[in-house]
Amino acid sequence: MSFIINGLLLGGTYALIAVGLTLQYGVARIMNLANGENLVFACFMAFWLYTAFAINPILGIVIIAPMAFVINWLIYSYAMRPLVNRSKTSGQLEVNSILATFGLLFILKGLMKFSFGGGYFTYNYLAEGISIFGHNYGLNRVVAFIAAAVIAGTLYLFLNYTRYGTAIRAVAVNPTSASLVAINVPRASAFAFALGGALTAASGALLSSFYTFHADMGMDFTMKALVIVIMAGVGDVRGAVLAALMLGLTETAIATFVDPGLTAAGTYGLFILVLLFRPQGIFGRSNS
Amino acid sequence: MTIGKIFKTIAAAALASTLIVSAAYAETIKFGASAPKTGPLAGGAEVSHWPAIKLWVSDVNGRGGIDVGGEKMLIEVIEYDDRTSGEEAIKNIQRLINVDNVDFLIAPYSTGLNLAAAPIIAQAGFPQIAATAISDGIDEIAKQWPNSFWLLGSSSEFAKSVVDVLVTLRDRGDIGDKVAVVNVADAFGIELMNAGKPALEAAGFEIVYETSYPLSQQDFAPIISAAQAAEPDAFIAFSYPGDTFGLSAQAKIADLDVGAFYVGVATAFPAYLGANGAAAEGVLGAGAINVDAEGMAEWRARHKQVTGMDADYWASPMTYVGLQMLEQAITKVGSLDKADVIEAIKTMSFDTVLGTITLDNNINRKYWTVGQWQNGAFRGVASTGMDGEVAPIVKKGWK
Repeated sequence: MSFIINGLLLGGTYALIAVGLTLQYGVARIMNLANGENLVFACFMAFWLYTAFAINPILGIVIIAPMAFVINWLIYSYAMRPLVNRSKTSGQLEVNSILATFGLLFILKGLMKFSFGGGYFTYNYLAEGISIFGHNYGLNRVVAFIAAAVIAGTLYLFLNYTRYGTAIRAVAVNPTSASLVAINVPRASAFAFALGGALTAASGALLSSFYTFHADMGMDFTMKALVIVIMAGVGDVRGAVLAALMLGLTETAIATFVDPGLTAAGTYGLFILVLLFRPQGIFGRSNS
Repeated sequence: MTIGKIFKTIAAAALASTLIVSAAYAETIKFGASAPKTGPLAGGAEVSHWPAIKLWVSDVNGRGGIDVGGEKMLIEVIEYDDRTSGEEAIKNIQRLINVDNVDFLIAPYSTGLNLAAAPIIAQAGFPQIAATAISDGIDEIAKQWPNSFWLLGSSSEFAKSVVDVLVTLRDRGDIGDKVAVVNVADAFGIELMNAGKPALEAAGFEIVYETSYPLSQQDFAPIISAAQAAEPDAFIAFSYPGDTFGLSAQAKIADLDVGAFYVGVATAFPAYLGANGAAAEGVLGAGAINVDAEGMAEWRARHKQVTGMDADYWASPMTYVGLQMLEQAITKVGSLDKADVIEAIKTMSFDTVLGTITLDNNINRKYWTVGQWQNGAFRGVASTGMDGEVAPIVKKGWK
């Protein structure tokens, strides 16, 4: 049964990445293909903070997430806002933002390769065993999972029990109507985009404590997040967490019982099943 | 000074500097190198491959260059990144040959990339001294492409030696019969698995868990958990650097209780000891050197001084040896004629940092196959006839 815990631990980190993307896509309407690069950048930042200043990745989030928030706010204001203003329909914005963030992906990847090289990076933080039900698990994974759960829980409370959180959800549902009830839609969009970037960065910092990372791996995570977001239903935070845990479990079960080389096949198999039977997402209501 | 005059001066200076540069180029020998600087094998190449080349260039140019027919010629190396991709390696090598007009090539890093590049190198008639490739096909390949030379050995010898070490441990009563065996799905891992499985079965071991995983695998928790559930007495992974580190870290976390733990490439890296500390004690790995051999300590010190990095205990010196062989063959021939150099390599006896080496049908037949971390040094425990083997010890926990 150890695969269940391994799978949940992995899924917990996926959840934060997916929640980040779902805010950017669901609220700001930007399909950010450079989201994975955002994550890898946070991995490198966490590595640097830990090796150069002995700041552990959990504390590092306090530095990394606000930094990512500012950077993503700037990206939205200067690179995405012109597209938003120019696009007449949301479909058009989607196409434009995919093209723009596709370019951004290569810029960020190139910068990271230039600064850190193409090698594999890893560092030793809490790389010791902790016994759960008689099996040993990496303490760093357990700590990362707990941190992810705390962050996701805080976000859920913010979105559902605060005025601004409600405003953000309103923009996700219908931007035009939201502006009719005096919600500053451009500002809420920028905020959601920046918050999404900060969450993804937080998950990168957590991931780096137990995952061997390199400048080239961003796309893998963007794809995983995309699969989770679509499975969950765009903009649905609760669904994203559940879908992420499902994905973590599926990957670990396949690696344990079938073949580690087939995890990607499992991911996309699950994706196809959800698209076939619940195209509106796990919690999504079908459009009338 | 008028603008015109300034331009004339600049032009004259530029012309003069080109003349100086091209004059210098005429006396240098150009070597082309294509190997990973990015991708899954970049980590390995940055320990075993690139620093050895750097040290060799520094050593050779430090003594005035290579002696070619009585005249000393300096060397320069043109480096390209193959991004751990065979297609990219072929493109790079074509570029080195046709655009950069190199005099010689330094063979790529790893089994897969050497095999991928062999046909194109053979076609161009360059010698290929592969120092980091292990394959059972080397006899056939050397026959098909007589310009290629293989220093590091064959997969079946490596796999057989692992089994021999397990048999020694079992005969001493240190381990039982149950073995978990995994491999990376790349040329190296697949060949060792294909050779290792029948050898394990023939020696009476029971394989309780086996799997393969892709070169890009990064999550090793499921593999170690599944192996642990099968309760093996020994764990064998025919692995590449990234996975060697990943599997070891996970085995330590899970406290995998085995009397023998073998991981492949990179176990012999100094960084392995750095990453695992006391947990490295008793870990078996691919390859070795005799650390006590004459001149080895001095060579390692020079490697550290010139490249700023510690050499590994296996492929670093072998990569350097391949370059020494190329150099000695060029000197013996006394020209840069590639066909003559190839013929010379086939029959010469080389004086290298790993002792005297001669090739038998283009293949080095005497090499280290298994090493083990013992008291902070990686020592050879099995070979195909090298001096200085020590007895393997049983793995006792991960603390």
